[in-house]
Amino acid sequence: MPLNIRTYHELTEPDRSGLGEQIATQRRRLAARLAAVGRVIVVMSGKGGVGKSFVTAHLARALARAGRAVGVLDADLNGPTVAGLLEAGTARLVVGEDAVLPATGSDGVRLVSMAQLLADGQPLAFKGPPAESFVWRGAAEAGAIRELLADVAWGPLDVLLLDLPPGMQRFLELCDLLPAPPAVLTVTIPTPESRDAVRRALRAATERRSPLLGVVENMVDGPFAGTAGADLAVEFGVPVLARIPWHPTPDTWAVLAGRLG
Amino acid sequence: MKFLCVECDRQMTFEERQLPGDGTLAAAFRCPKCGRAVALLTNPMETQLVSSLGVKIGGATVPAEPLETIRGMVATGREDAFTEPVGRSDGRTVGLSWSAEAQDRLARVPGFVRGMVKKIYADYAKERGIDEITPAVMDAARSELGLEEM
Repeated sequence: MPLNIRTYHELTEPDRSGLGEQIATQRRRLAARLAAVGRVIVVMSGKGGVGKSFVTAHLARALARAGRAVGVLDADLNGPTVAGLLEAGTARLVVGEDAVLPATGSDGVRLVSMAQLLADGQPLAFKGPPAESFVWRGAAEAGAIRELLADVAWGPLDVLLLDLPPGMQRFLELCDLLPAPPAVLTVTIPTPESRDAVRRALRAATERRSPLLGVVENMVDGPFAGTAGADLAVEFGVPVLARIPWHPTPDTWAVLAGRLG
Repeated sequence: MKFLCVECDRQMTFEERQLPGDGTLAAAFRCPKCGRAVALLTNPMETQLVSSLGVKIGGATVPAEPLETIRGMVATGREDAFTEPVGRSDGRTVGLSWSAEAQDRLARVPGFVRGMVKKIYADYAKERGIDEITPAVMDAARSELGLEEM
């Protein structure tokens, strides 16, 4: 005869561990920290090497020059580059009472990146049992992203740009962590291969009900042939916000910043 | 994660947590009705997974420090990635830094007291709104605090 066992949700007595409440507290802390942020925009692509960090850094600078309060979170924990592009790669982070102060990069952009936390040339490695680390490494990275959002005194910002690594994993983690799905700025290069990879990313963003801001086509008029930007714009009903030439000028970024508002 | 005493149909309550130091964790739970206790034992991988979530079985006893998981779990971090805040006379808060010469001098302090000595100099600087520790600052601290041997 089977035992009569109540289910997890039927056990409602308070327990001292309160793991669920600890997670809820983390979420509330993150939401409170971002309450003074006007817009959270993820810069993403399904494709690597298309210039996400390059676009993020220069867009952030252009927005700052236009008078916006801008923050950048380098969410590419394993290949952080945007901090170097904003000339704050080795800045030390000041630990305050309940938060860490972001570094200040080019044009006053506030910035936090794993590049500032890792020893020179070292990969991101976690303490812990090396065997089967795939079981917990993803959780550790998501936890790190949560802390970089919730434990940094971003202050009032018009825009917080999140520079994502290639692929969809980080985007999905952010959708779980953030109070609302973030707005998405997609970067592609002109090639059909990039278009196909970015299409998958845009579909994932659509499924998560993230607002799609538009497509930035990078590295045009260079060695890469194709119409990825226009194709994706038509398919998803979004604008091509910018076509970034091989040698962009500050005006290029100012136009993009202006179109984002 | 919850534990149910099936015989009593009562949710068991957390009793205590033990960390033996080998990467494993033991957490004891007791039935509030019959008093029976059970222990949850996690292997290092399971323990790490819980730590990665930034939660503590048994509840958090002290508020989390900023970036606690990152600072505690990253094995390849910069030693000087973080610095302490200094409130300057102009109202700005900046990070306390050490000049190269001051770092050299600090490195000559025996390792077993270096942390304590570093904290003394850092506290001295912060209390005076000094945002960079130089050999001159160290000399002044030694003189004022009567630490001529440091």
